[in-house]
Amino acid sequence: MMNKFWMMILMIGVCLTARAGLDASLVHALAAGDSDEKIQAIQGLSANPSPLTLSVLKALSEDALFVNGDQVFFRQSGQPVDAITGAPLAAVPDNPDNVVINNRVRTELDNLLAGMRLVDPDVTVRRAAAQALLDAPSVDMLPILTRAIALESDVAIRSLLLQAQARLQLDNPDAQVRRAAVTVLADSISANTRSQLQSMTDPAHEPDEAVRHAALASLKSVNNRLAFTDVLAKLFSGISLGSILMLTALGLAITYGVMGVINMAHGELLMVGAYATYATQGWFRLHWPQHQQSYLLAALPVAFASAALIGMVLERTVIRWLYGRPLETLLATWGLSLGLIQCARLLFGAQNVELANPDWMSGAVALPWGLSLPWNRIDIIVFSLLVLALVWVLMNRTRLGLFVRAVTQNRPMAGCLGVPTGRVDTFAFGLGAGIAGLGGVALSQLTNVGPDMGQGYIVDSFMVVVLGGVGQLAGAVWAALGLGIVSKLLEGWTGAVIAKIIVLVFIIVFIQRRPQGLFALKGRTLDN
Amino acid sequence: MRSALSLFLAALALLSLLHLAVPAGSAWHVSDFTIALLGKIMCYAIVAVAMDLIWGYGGILSLGHGLFFALGGYAFGMYLMRTIGLEGVYHSNLPDFMVFLDWKAYPWYWTGTEHLGWSLVLVVAVPALLAAVFGYFAFRSRIKGVYFSIITQALTYAFMLLFFRNETGFGGNNGFTDFKRILDFPITSPGMRAGLFVLSGLALAGTLLLCRALVASRFGRVLTAIRDAESRVMFLGYQPLWYKLAAWTLSAALCGIAGALYVPQVGIINPGEMSPANSIEIAIWVAVGGRATLWGPVLGAFVVNLAKSYFTVAFPDYWLFFLGFLFVMVTLFLPEGIPGVVVRIRRRLGGSS
Amino acid sequence: MRFGFAKPAPSGPVSGDAGYARPLESGTLDVSHGVILYLEDITVSFDGFKALNGLSLSIDDGELRCIIGPNGAGKTTMMDCITGKTRPDRGTAFFGQSLDLTRMREPEIAAAGIGRKFQKPTVFERHSVFDNFELALKQDKRVRATLRARVDDAARDRISTMLQRVGLAPQADRLAGTLSHGEKQWLEIGMLLMQEPRLLLLDEPVAGMTDEETERTAELFLSLAGHHSLVVVEHDMAFVASIARTVTVLHEGRVLAEGGLESVQNDPQVIEVYLGR
Repeated sequence: MMNKFWMMILMIGVCLTARAGLDASLVHALAAGDSDEKIQAIQGLSANPSPLTLSVLKALSEDALFVNGDQVFFRQSGQPVDAITGAPLAAVPDNPDNVVINNRVRTELDNLLAGMRLVDPDVTVRRAAAQALLDAPSVDMLPILTRAIALESDVAIRSLLLQAQARLQLDNPDAQVRRAAVTVLADSISANTRSQLQSMTDPAHEPDEAVRHAALASLKSVNNRLAFTDVLAKLFSGISLGSILMLTALGLAITYGVMGVINMAHGELLMVGAYATYATQGWFRLHWPQHQQSYLLAALPVAFASAALIGMVLERTVIRWLYGRPLETLLATWGLSLGLIQCARLLFGAQNVELANPDWMSGAVALPWGLSLPWNRIDIIVFSLLVLALVWVLMNRTRLGLFVRAVTQNRPMAGCLGVPTGRVDTFAFGLGAGIAGLGGVALSQLTNVGPDMGQGYIVDSFMVVVLGGVGQLAGAVWAALGLGIVSKLLEGWTGAVIAKIIVLVFIIVFIQRRPQGLFALKGRTLDN
Repeated sequence: MRSALSLFLAALALLSLLHLAVPAGSAWHVSDFTIALLGKIMCYAIVAVAMDLIWGYGGILSLGHGLFFALGGYAFGMYLMRTIGLEGVYHSNLPDFMVFLDWKAYPWYWTGTEHLGWSLVLVVAVPALLAAVFGYFAFRSRIKGVYFSIITQALTYAFMLLFFRNETGFGGNNGFTDFKRILDFPITSPGMRAGLFVLSGLALAGTLLLCRALVASRFGRVLTAIRDAESRVMFLGYQPLWYKLAAWTLSAALCGIAGALYVPQVGIINPGEMSPANSIEIAIWVAVGGRATLWGPVLGAFVVNLAKSYFTVAFPDYWLFFLGFLFVMVTLFLPEGIPGVVVRIRRRLGGSS
Repeated sequence: MRFGFAKPAPSGPVSGDAGYARPLESGTLDVSHGVILYLEDITVSFDGFKALNGLSLSIDDGELRCIIGPNGAGKTTMMDCITGKTRPDRGTAFFGQSLDLTRMREPEIAAAGIGRKFQKPTVFERHSVFDNFELALKQDKRVRATLRARVDDAARDRISTMLQRVGLAPQADRLAGTLSHGEKQWLEIGMLLMQEPRLLLLDEPVAGMTDEETERTAELFLSLAGHHSLVVVEHDMAFVASIARTVTVLHEGRVLAEGGLESVQNDPQVIEVYLGR
């Protein structure tokens, strides 16, 4: 309530001053004075803020304040406006001189503008301004900051402002003030603050014992919080990577589980899905621009169908003839993948294509502890869970699934019992391919879509299948999540490449211990 | 066989003579391009024969032979980088990429690479050692079939990523290039070209002879027996591990030698050589030429690579189609490669007459 | 959440414990107590299903033992355990007094003197019959030895003796893959004998043989007993009757009955198992 009241007062003041126009001498100083005069003018103008002041200062900071003789003006939605009166101008020269400012003036100006944003009625503007200030506070802002703290009622923003203030007070000659500041910073989640606190624990930098002590305590709490956030963030990106791996490996688990087919073209089926998404986007742009936002939903069936169709055609024409010869299948499907890549190059060009994230896939959710999770990743995690559920239902609750499982376990016997094994193969392969297509839709929202995109995923997804135990859906799921999380956690320690190598070495060692993967059924092996 | 060998040696001598002695304008002159192309393909042929030893005879499809090839190339490339001396862009004792990284001295693994002898040791030892360690663990835990293929592919992929990093100390993306000389002879001189060409040919001949001897020995028969019925071999009291490991390590070492001969002839080595695609291509050379025959892979390497150098110039857009088509056709219809077709045609002709 | 996929059998790696390189001569066979194979309380379970359930069995030196039992009784799994292909979860398996089979790998077990014939004849189809025998010969089987090995006259003699013995002399130069099913069985038995094993494990040795071949096989086995110990798993009761002295009946992973063929055939439990209720 208090806040609203103050805002109202401010608004009234703004309205009054707006009508009165600006002080002409200050505006002229702003336009023609030297740097010192300009700074004085800026300070003078900001003493009684108004929308016009704000517009003028903004124009100045954007190099869009112009001088024409005595006249100072800027453009508001294309229309020239007089900087002193705020009245629209009829005619101005085509190429007026703009007011040039140096860095010192610019810093002053930016601080002032930031200060004004701190008391903006819009909560999101204020929060952003407070965050920006906290990230890079400047001493000149201290008075404005103090005023803003007094005005602010939102707890979160207030806390940000207090921290910003505290960071500025760390140089205060009064040990009491420093100590209070250090204590306030215990709530911080920023790495900058951490390094500042670090130096406050150094006797060379901080003479007062009590302050050092408080700084150490705060440092500890900041460190804990940062480490926690860090782990959470890595966990999230690990799960996100895992969900992608799962989408890519799920199809492989089906195709290899049913037919023992190592499909090296699986990555290219992902690529097909991604290009299907691209094509759907293009179609929406052309024919249905008002529903542009929902093109992604329409892309799902399109991608599934096109990848499944291609998969089924490949199965019928090539893979079918190679059952029981896994090494030959590997080579033949590699050949198919080369063909698909070249097709994509000829159809869509060798360059990556642009895919727009719909609004509901952009932005991020801000969570406490300074964590922000991008929407597209959250959506993809949910999506991959849905696909998993769908596959599970298909496999365990439908006739097709029953047939597929029967064929998996004993092909000749299933055939004898009247299961059309040939058709089951084709459908199962189509299903695996279609799921890869869905994975392609998801990938298109995260990475570049280009003809070679599938190649990068094939090694990873095979690792998932190998680790999970061939033909094991549940194994593939856990292996995907595990690999995703482990590689993201490792990346923090070692960097991406070394992390990848460690994971590969781990898998090789793991297979030493459990040659049949995580979830393999033990049984009498019939390798002869 | 002996006559084939002498024919091959004569052809080598003749080609290098035509390259060196006949002036460039003459119709009989063999160009730099031809010599370099043939030399390059002979290096590939060595790799193909090495691949055949392990795949054709041992039944183990490696998707990591490109890695061993590249490692041999890098090992020799280190020596070639050293011989640039102060003639680099920065006129430093260090290669340009190290100057660029602000390194002050060679990392430890470059020690001794200024000596030709040591780098030649590395050419064989590095791929062989990697293969031996990797193979020991893989074969010991009975990883075979597609599993083994996939794991070798992952290994190659991991190494490619590693070599792409600048900090690894092998020039990152750009790898090694701008070589100047071997010993004190400039690397682009016709004499050097012809020398490397002949050396590649001799290495190919040596590889063929060695593999022939191996295949004909009882070792070779055990290897093939492992391919066809590994448990029977075990229950006869042989340890398949050591047979596979021996063939695998030898195969990797041969690839290393091929890589070392290849690098000075093409003038560049970069991590692209380690891409999984390159390794799989080696398999198709062998498949086209026919597995478990020794001259087949040589033929395959020549046919596919000549086709490649023709296609990539004449129809660059269709080379991948052709290659993909080749993969599919060979696996579907030509399980025994070109020799199989010849036999089939001959049989059909014989049957009708 | 359990997804119903089984592993496609032929393409995965075979299970097996972590290996170690030991010299093949790891101890010598000691049959001073007259027992060549001694199994006690062997249990193997596959995913909950107990393929062997406390199996105990002993074979005397020079004995010819037939093992019968319905499908799934654990006959092949028992052989897998003896030859090191499968590790038992529990129990002990000794070859003679001193060789612990559960701690040896397949080649070591083979070198120690156990030969095995598979249910499906397993020979080197791309090698000639002669080469098959040559590889089976009892000889130094390490890599270095095979690099320089030549077939000397003594080896050639032994091979041709064996070719005569199993009746494959005319086919010596043919590829093993071109032989008939029965001939392959003979070839495999011959390869086992080339190893000069003390104990032979034979899984359905006469499957796919003509009556005449079966008869000759019976003769061969009877002539082997005494010099070698034989364990024969067979469904063909006529064949069993022609060679059997002692018969062991396996059922659900354990020994159901043991004794002479007639006493076993009259055992009410055995009758129930074979005929059902």
